[in-house]
Amino acid sequence: MKEIFRAALVIARRDFTAIIYSKAFIFFLLGPFFPVLVGIAAGNLGGQIAREAAQPVVGLAMVQPDSEKMMKARETLAVNMGESYFTQMKIVGDPARDGNKDPQDYLKKKEDNLSVVVTGSLEDPTVTGTKRAVERESAAIELLAAYARNPAAMKLPEAKADFVAETANNDKQLRTVTAQGGQILVFFLTMLLAGMVLSNLVEEKSNKIIEILAASIPMESVFLGKLFAMLGMALLGIFVWTAVGGIGLQVAQGIPNFPTPAVGWPIFITLCFTYFIMAYLMLGALFLGIGAMAATVREVQTISMPVTMAQLINFFFASYALTKTGQPVEQFAAIFPFSSPFAMIGRAALEPNLWHHAVAIIGQILFAILLLRLGVVLFKRNVMKSGNAGRIKDAGKRKLFGLITVRG
Amino acid sequence: MYAIEAQGLVKQFDGFRAVDGVNLKVPVGSIFGILGPNGAGKTTMLRTLLGIIDPDEGVRTLLGSDRPITQSRNVGYLPEERGLYQSMRAVDTIAFMGALRGLSLKEGKEKGRALLEEAGLGYAADRQIRQLSKGMAQTVQLMGTIVHDPKLIVLDEPFSGLDALNQAKLEKMIRAQAAKGVTVIFSTHVIAHAERLCERIAIIAKGKISFDGLVSEARDRLRPQVHLETETLDGVWRKALPADTRAEGHWWHFTLPESGVEPLLTALVEGKAGIKSLSIERPGLHDAFVAIAGESVAAEMDEPVAGEIL
Repeated sequence: MKEIFRAALVIARRDFTAIIYSKAFIFFLLGPFFPVLVGIAAGNLGGQIAREAAQPVVGLAMVQPDSEKMMKARETLAVNMGESYFTQMKIVGDPARDGNKDPQDYLKKKEDNLSVVVTGSLEDPTVTGTKRAVERESAAIELLAAYARNPAAMKLPEAKADFVAETANNDKQLRTVTAQGGQILVFFLTMLLAGMVLSNLVEEKSNKIIEILAASIPMESVFLGKLFAMLGMALLGIFVWTAVGGIGLQVAQGIPNFPTPAVGWPIFITLCFTYFIMAYLMLGALFLGIGAMAATVREVQTISMPVTMAQLINFFFASYALTKTGQPVEQFAAIFPFSSPFAMIGRAALEPNLWHHAVAIIGQILFAILLLRLGVVLFKRNVMKSGNAGRIKDAGKRKLFGLITVRG
Repeated sequence: MYAIEAQGLVKQFDGFRAVDGVNLKVPVGSIFGILGPNGAGKTTMLRTLLGIIDPDEGVRTLLGSDRPITQSRNVGYLPEERGLYQSMRAVDTIAFMGALRGLSLKEGKEKGRALLEEAGLGYAADRQIRQLSKGMAQTVQLMGTIVHDPKLIVLDEPFSGLDALNQAKLEKMIRAQAAKGVTVIFSTHVIAHAERLCERIAIIAKGKISFDGLVSEARDRLRPQVHLETETLDGVWRKALPADTRAEGHWWHFTLPESGVEPLLTALVEGKAGIKSLSIERPGLHDAFVAIAGESVAAEMDEPVAGEIL
């Protein structure tokens, strides 16, 4: 066992050094920032378009004093109720000047972009527009008309603010938000990083160094070393991203306020980190085994999509189980090794018990070891042969990943 | 005492027996050659002996252990398909290969530099493998094979792809290692290398070993050839020539009779054959190989592969 870890360390050190000293590593570190930058740019662009796009307006076609009172009422109430509560308003007509003009004529005027037109009086306003627009605007218009008619009758008292950290309402339902946040974070990190392991042994196979490794050290060490190297790289990436993200949030003062998880924040963060490592090790061991059977980068690319799909199904299953706490489906998700890390993050957010996390982590470690061993056995059985590794040529047929016979 | 022992070794892939009941004994301290054409099963046999793959049947021991990987620190292996990390520096490559075999990286680097200096490649120690020529890269890999001072060195087709100068250097290195008491086992499809270097050989074809023993034993399987030139073409002396005699003008070629050369000489002199020249030629390893493995197998041997100088 000691020799396996010693040799694994040699492989891990070589791989880790080779990765972090490569020029491509900077792109790996910058990778997650690209979607953030694209998101910010797209958000700004979308905002710009939305601002520039014609906003709906409520047209006022009451007698001039009533229209002015309505405008004043909107200005006053928007201070208390928020600007977004009321649609923009505009005086578009006056019966004293326009006579008995049909309200629909105001709506037809494209440059005003009116959604509804208010006619009549403050005591008896009429809202003209499509059914949907009228239903949307009526309540606000009634409120404004009431206030405009007698502002003193609707004086709003100012409520004093008294903040507390926890309330009875901050319960399981709210913590589900934290659980989902943790699950999504760990899932995306695992999906982004574990998938990279797929192509990890292709370099050794294409440059033929695999035979030197296989002759020198146990294959378990090769697999383990590669897994540790990629884990090291992943953790380094997470450290950098967290640091940059933390600084960014501090600067933007936009730290999200998630409900406190059942086990408390320090333990929850520790468990998220641990479950990320476990999910990474299990999926990494599986992917390494699958990737090791592939003879070329093309074969690795071919299996990337089904592997990603399988990960998504796994994640959706764990997310679904989150809403079924204590039910068999949730218990199965917690036991099934691939969904277990995600399901257990959900539990950490919702339930204060810690002992079942210890059991789950031990189970996940054992399963990762089992997958690693299985990968090694398949690799030795199917790959280390004379000739083209992983491809057994036989009358125009070959074996894809050493398992499936295909033509060509 | 044997560095490698194998008994009834079988390895098959999808029903094809790549190694078919191999029995082999490689004495400690010897230079042992495995001769066979391409596809004979040499590489699979070496991989099985080294524990890279497990045999389907039979037993093998490597330096006394039936779990070859446990003897990894005492073994150096140069595979047929050479491979190195292209972005690694030469000295780091040697140190890495040493580290795989239990050497510390620091010691590996020190020894690596010394080995490269010795091979006249000290100037390339800090260059990346991709910056080296093919021959230089092969030398670096060879240095990595011996950096940890192994007791057993296994070289699979080591002369493949080397020019004449580097082949000579490799032969010198093999002899130097053997002089230190290291067992060297190498496979080749070039008989000349085995003839120059080996004390013992094994001949393998279609997964089976057809000969395992001293080179001299292989040669002794054939009788020496006699080449005789006479002044006369006919006379009673002709009756003394063996039945397999082949005539070429005044030249007569035949296998040395069991009775030796003296009765023949007497008959030639008494019959006034007029001996102009007579030579007795001991058969070479190539002839022995033909006799042991057969003409068809021999025809596949000694065919130069791309980039190889015989």
